Amino acid sequence: MIPASRSAALIRVAALVRKEAYQLVRDPSSIAIGVIMPVLLILLFGYALSLDVKSVPVAVVLEDTSPAASELAAGFRLSPYFAAEITTSMRHAEELMLERRIDGIIRVRSDFARRLSAGTADVQILVHGSDANRARIIDTYARGAIGQWAEQRTAEGRAPAVGAAAVTTRMWFNEADDSHYFLVPGLIVLIMTLIGAFLTTLVMAREWERGTFEAMFVTPVRTGEILLSKMIPYFVLGIGGLVLCILAAKFLFQVPFRGSVLVLAGVSTLYLLVSLAIGLLVSSATKSQFVSSMVTLVVTFLPAMMLSGFLFDLRSMPDVIRWISYVLPARYYVALLQTIFLAGDIWSVIWPNAGMLALMAAILLAATRAVTRKELA
Amino acid sequence: MLASLLRILALIRKEMLAILSDPRSRATIFLPPVLQCLVFGYAATYDLSNVSYAVLDQDHSAASHELLARLDGSGVFVRVANLARAADIAAVIDQREALLVIQIGQDFERRLQAGRSADVQVIADGRNSNTAGTALGYVNAIVVSFNATWAEAHGQAAPPLQITSRAWYNPNLETRWNMVPALIGTLTMLQTLLLTAMSVAREREQGTFDQLLVTPFRPVEIMIGKAIPSMIIGTIQASSILLVAQLWFQIPFEGSYLTLFTGLGLFLLAAVGVGLLLSSVVTTMQQALLYSFVLVMPFTLLSGLAVPLSNMPPIFQYLTLANPLRFAIDIAQRVYLEGIGLDRLGPDLLPLAITALITLSGAAWMFRHGIE
Repeated sequence: MIPASRSAALIRVAALVRKEAYQLVRDPSSIAIGVIMPVLLILLFGYALSLDVKSVPVAVVLEDTSPAASELAAGFRLSPYFAAEITTSMRHAEELMLERRIDGIIRVRSDFARRLSAGTADVQILVHGSDANRARIIDTYARGAIGQWAEQRTAEGRAPAVGAAAVTTRMWFNEADDSHYFLVPGLIVLIMTLIGAFLTTLVMAREWERGTFEAMFVTPVRTGEILLSKMIPYFVLGIGGLVLCILAAKFLFQVPFRGSVLVLAGVSTLYLLVSLAIGLLVSSATKSQFVSSMVTLVVTFLPAMMLSGFLFDLRSMPDVIRWISYVLPARYYVALLQTIFLAGDIWSVIWPNAGMLALMAAILLAATRAVTRKELA
Repeated sequence: MLASLLRILALIRKEMLAILSDPRSRATIFLPPVLQCLVFGYAATYDLSNVSYAVLDQDHSAASHELLARLDGSGVFVRVANLARAADIAAVIDQREALLVIQIGQDFERRLQAGRSADVQVIADGRNSNTAGTALGYVNAIVVSFNATWAEAHGQAAPPLQITSRAWYNPNLETRWNMVPALIGTLTMLQTLLLTAMSVAREREQGTFDQLLVTPFRPVEIMIGKAIPSMIIGTIQASSILLVAQLWFQIPFEGSYLTLFTGLGLFLLAAVGVGLLLSSVVTTMQQALLYSFVLVMPFTLLSGLAVPLSNMPPIFQYLTLANPLRFAIDIAQRVYLEGIGLDRLGPDLLPLAITALITLSGAAWMFRHGIE
């Protein structure tokens, strides 16, 4: 008796999975999200997006024509970080900045050489603050370029040596300071969220809106079987997206992969289960495609981008926002991905984060099961 | 003419009722923009306020203590550990206990007194290299000011060169100042586009669109009737975000409201145009949703919101000319922070007008011909 009913259940699930897979493959919009979107995102993240600052357009205003001043300007012209335009008119430079043709001005005043020999010289840096992050990086680089020039003079004995602390820095896990190293793991989070939550949030609500869910009441199919059949095709699609991302990370962008594939697959499965469960839960609870997609967007996708630590540092956020981030699965997945990709299998990071994801998956799947019932509202 | 106007007004009224009568859809339209603006206003910042660091002080001198006291007193750095051996560095970084480890060598003070350069090693967790880079910049600034004070206190000559820097339009270089105005465009874009595409798709899916076609409405009137409610809602959303920016975040508004809303109006027109064009090719609500999303995603990523446009290769920079959001963000930031007038906004308004013209006339053509 039991084996018979079990095989019947298996046949029912297989039939529903097949129907769901057909629906997925035949609707061009699902393909757009499930296949075209990941490829598009990989290309954008790989080739268009970069937080590295290079060849910043700046103007160096030389109001002083002394050799010292032109030497300083040459430092900017030769630096790979700047595309410097040398001018003698501050007004011209300000005009360029107003038009946003340049992002910064380095001003060397007319009494520079004289005050330099008196030990009171002054160089002014002006940056356009409408992108604060970039402005700060430009300021740091400009100070670096001026500092290098000053060091050179000291080394050549043209300026007196002073005792000063000098900072030497080392960036672990990302020695070359390449922003792709953290953008690409972040990209995986976005794609997994998109496929896991956004596609599934529509499927349950669609069946409710069209009345096909009620039609299933009269079939022997059980609720658990329906849920399972909704998850399997999207799970497969999600894993496909993951494989695509890993291949792109390795071969297209040469991001190092220092952990093990098995651990990555394990934690990704957990995150995908959490996303699928959120999508189905919201979908079953709202029974409306518009409302469920809006809710899913607000609780999964936007937080995955803004509150996960993928772009913005979580430790610097106010307490309330940080507490919110603790209930969002994306933050644990980002921590896992950044560690597995760049640092390796560090178990003291993997266990707690993977544990949280597993806990969330269990709770959300149980909640989805509880909310979805074969009964008329 | 008057009859046509009355018909359009009736359709607008019907659309507004359809959107606003359901309390759940009312909530999803007005609540998320304000909530997101609040959350992202706090969250979306590259500024650091809580950098955990560990110290390996091998000098234990007055000079090294003074330098560390400066870090602790900066309000930005929080010391989480004092390490005894270099071998301990790996553990605190690996487990993300500290973002930075600062290592001061044992001859630090002696070298300073001898008028030589004394090395401070900083090791950073590069898993998010942008955050790490910003933190390193903060360390550098603190060391520069330490050097100046130390030289003065110990009778050495001050460094012969002073560098002063100043930032235009955002004196303290707060990311929030440029992020929140940018949200005015970003948060309204998604909903405006979606609302437009969905309202047509819903009628298609429920079969009421065919009923609409047999009424005296002309296709263009239907289009206008669908466009205006979305623009009204977009304007309300933009205004609510503007209020949050000024009243809650207290970011000073430098420009004129007339200029800002002229720019935003053109942006909303372009967004609605994209939504209408999209709605003419979809048949179901699911398609409308998913395609809007496929469009909004690259629009957002290529808008300069989180990642600067100037870092992009030229091809992508040309592509962004077709991105209404790019110009909406530019308009919002420049009018809000720089206070510029319409005369300087031409380079932003022109591409928006072209996008609006192309998408709206394309949609009008599709409404007349393309509907099967």
